[in-house]
Amino acid sequence: MATKSTTAERVGVAAEPGTLALVCIVAWAIPGGAHFWLGRRQKGLVFFVALMALFLLGLQLHGRIFAIDLQEPLGTLSAVANLGLGLPWVIARIAGAGTGQVTAVTYEYGNTFLIVAGLLNSLVVLDAFDLAMGRK
Amino acid sequence: MTSHLAVLTVFALLVSSVFAALMKDDPREQLRSGSLMFAGFLAAAIVLGWLMYPLPL
Repeated sequence: MATKSTTAERVGVAAEPGTLALVCIVAWAIPGGAHFWLGRRQKGLVFFVALMALFLLGLQLHGRIFAIDLQEPLGTLSAVANLGLGLPWVIARIAGAGTGQVTAVTYEYGNTFLIVAGLLNSLVVLDAFDLAMGRK
Repeated sequence: MTSHLAVLTVFALLVSSVFAALMKDDPREQLRSGSLMFAGFLAAAIVLGWLMYPLPL
């Protein structure tokens, strides 16, 4: 019971518009970060470990982090999906990682890992939003 | 890691754990649903792989 009331208090605070936006930004930037903040530590840990593993394995498999280029619509869709992972994506872009090696056997696998990591984190952001709104 | 099956297995494991955590709140339910999803991913990949085997590339 004590845990439930604590979570409810946290949810009440997060339902304020400014905090709600912050929850979404944290959820986007750090996979599982918002869940951890909102008291769902087990879920937050699962999201962090699984999504970071997908992202890092994607880079390891010579996947490419796509850039937004309107001349290549499919590449742009992949770029939007990649962007879903937040801070790891920003760090990888700054570090020059994820250039992709087209000749590598695992290139397409790597791309899939990177794209799916971003898309799944987008779902995690929506879940954090619902959680903060008290819908879950 | 260049084994197709190993990559597929790791991918299925990670994706099913995220979906299980998204869909269920109780850890036991998460484990059950995640395991089912993981098995489903593997079974579907292997079945589809064999179904596509006769197709010419």
